[in-house]
Amino acid sequence: MIGRHKHCIALADYSREEILEVLDLAVSMKEVLRRPIKKVPSLRGRSIVNLFFEASTRTRSSFEIAAKTLSADLLNWTASASSVTKGETLIDTARNLEAMRPDVLVIRHAAGGAPRLVAEHVGCAVVSAGDGAHEHPSQGLLDCFTLREKLGTLEGKTVAIVGDISHSRVARSDLHSMPKLGAKMRLCGPPTMIPAGVEALGATVHYDLREAVEGADAIVMLRIQHERIGDPLIPGTREYSKFWGLNAKKAAEWLKPSCVILHPGPVNRGVELSPEVADGPHSVILDQVQNGVAVRMAILYLLAGGTESEAKA
Amino acid sequence: MSDVIFIEGGRVIDPASGVDGVRTVVLRDGRVAEVAERVERPRDARAVDARGRWVTPGFIDLHVHLREPGQEYKETVATGAAAAGAGGFTSVCAMPNTRPVNDNASGTALGLARAAQAGLARVYPVGAISKGSAGEELAEYGELQAAGCVALSDDGRPVMNAGLMRRALEYAKAFGLPLTVHEEDLHLVGKGVMHEGPVATRLGLKGIPAQAEEVMILRDLALLELTGGRLHVAHVSTRGSVRAIRDAKRRGLPVTAEVTPHHLALTDEDVAASGYGTDYKMNPPLRSADDVQACREALADGTIDAIATDHAPHSAVEKDLEFDAALNGIVGLETAFPVCLALVKQGHLGERRLVEALTRSPASAFGLPGGTLARGAPADVAILDPAAEWVVDPGRLRSKSRNTPWKGKRLAGRCTHTIVNGRIVYEEGRSER
Repeated sequence: MIGRHKHCIALADYSREEILEVLDLAVSMKEVLRRPIKKVPSLRGRSIVNLFFEASTRTRSSFEIAAKTLSADLLNWTASASSVTKGETLIDTARNLEAMRPDVLVIRHAAGGAPRLVAEHVGCAVVSAGDGAHEHPSQGLLDCFTLREKLGTLEGKTVAIVGDISHSRVARSDLHSMPKLGAKMRLCGPPTMIPAGVEALGATVHYDLREAVEGADAIVMLRIQHERIGDPLIPGTREYSKFWGLNAKKAAEWLKPSCVILHPGPVNRGVELSPEVADGPHSVILDQVQNGVAVRMAILYLLAGGTESEAKA
Repeated sequence: MSDVIFIEGGRVIDPASGVDGVRTVVLRDGRVAEVAERVERPRDARAVDARGRWVTPGFIDLHVHLREPGQEYKETVATGAAAAGAGGFTSVCAMPNTRPVNDNASGTALGLARAAQAGLARVYPVGAISKGSAGEELAEYGELQAAGCVALSDDGRPVMNAGLMRRALEYAKAFGLPLTVHEEDLHLVGKGVMHEGPVATRLGLKGIPAQAEEVMILRDLALLELTGGRLHVAHVSTRGSVRAIRDAKRRGLPVTAEVTPHHLALTDEDVAASGYGTDYKMNPPLRSADDVQACREALADGTIDAIATDHAPHSAVEKDLEFDAALNGIVGLETAFPVCLALVKQGHLGERRLVEALTRSPASAFGLPGGTLARGAPADVAILDPAAEWVVDPGRLRSKSRNTPWKGKRLAGRCTHTIVNGRIVYEEGRSER
């Protein structure tokens, strides 16, 4: 359990305390990852299934390393389109996996709400590894963790999210978590990528990149997906990078020296971030990857029924 | 069996003949014989005690999907007609998007034959605007009308080609048939699955802007000005649509419109509250509270003429899915009256206007018989208990399908008897499933 929650599906449902419970435990988990022998027996005998309906190497691997570090047994079930084309519904697939009695089902799906539908039909805990444009809660939590680590606190900090907000589950999970920890949010992108009524989630909207990033304590740069070009949300990547991409010159002129740059990956180098910025002093992108494992360990641990004392053992 | 039905003690509400008060209704030989305060009970009459109840003309639904032929696992003409009876509907207009599409006389004849076998509600087929509803060539309107079609529609999809729409409006004038149009610009809809706005943004679901409906209504009203003819706008759902229709009516254009009970009662927030509930997925999508308010006002002031259910049965196979993957639509015949009656209780609608929107207004929109209890009218009657409370159990619906957002909800208002052509086709607690 994370607070009142048996599942980790939407940070919109999580309180500040519930978010902090995960972040605090992730600190201990990160310490485990720094040991020479990166393995603790906390979830020995527990089984976790990665059920991925969308291709994702990094998130799937991150959950896999998290599970294995905790000594859980892990099954990777790549649903691709195979079971779907055979006519098996999502509910059928989930029930079949449930019959194998896993403790946690980690699910990635292209349809918003899919993890919730699964959770209604299985008895085990469900963790969303991203559903459509809805939420990507473990990413939101690892972003919070990284900001807390780098900035000390989110209280009173300003975070700008830049890119295709309308299709971004990362943006939504950040929007549903960071303000609960005291951050002020700015959203930036071409107007075609700003979804209707997003201000209701508690953010200001900017079409001008400079206006969004100047004075910000952190910037989350989102990946521009090539299928959006000609969607027709934007005319092309060249113009996008000119107006909404960050390069070394803009970074030097506009960013606070202490500003950190996050990116959920994988980076389109030369589109949203120039290589100098992606690898430069502001970037904390690789820290995010390591923190992702620690945060996912904390989530799996809490939902698979571990206890605090076991974790520290 | 008696050919005379004597309905006594009920409050007769018949807006078409201006009656609202306790009256006795006598039906004889399939016709309304008399509606009066004091009537001697004929010796051979079958008496129905309607004290405490409403006695209205049988409801007329301009928009249902009966799925036969082709998708009988969802509904058949017989089960759909039974659902109609259980909801107080004595006439339903069956949309042509069956498989195959009803775009010719034989398809129309099949629907009518099935309805005659069922012997329940009157079923009026609607023929296709274009062959196969493919939006490319006109269907044969004269032949469709001769076979029994009362209107034309490509419902389920819009007529995207404005040139074809113009010709359809023109050609239908030869036969005096109304075109009932499903308005959405597919380019604006894109892959949208719910109303565009803050709720869709929060849920991460692709939005359908209100303007997808409005630009098509505005287009067709402009065409109507060019062609004349008869245009009926199906399932109006936005404030902008209401404004366009109100303006067109003021200018005297021959347009009528309908709204569904769900677009009067539910909003996009209900999609969120239900947790991506697919019984809240329909087309047009559930709109904002402001749009709902506009539709309620438009129904009350007559800008929107009729209430139509857009009864759209789907099986669990098509609904127990991801929200993106589930099909659009809900069943509506058996819940329409109580859902709309709640609007009366909340002060959005008068009782008489409610009855009118279910009886006289739809009859007049499509030129159908019924919709009144005037002497000599068809003996189509609904008897309703406005106080009866019941919990919607989808397993007990007469429809074959169970896709209703009112599952498990307590509703007030229930049909107790439905009479078609002088014959009781539904009696609460008596009719078999």
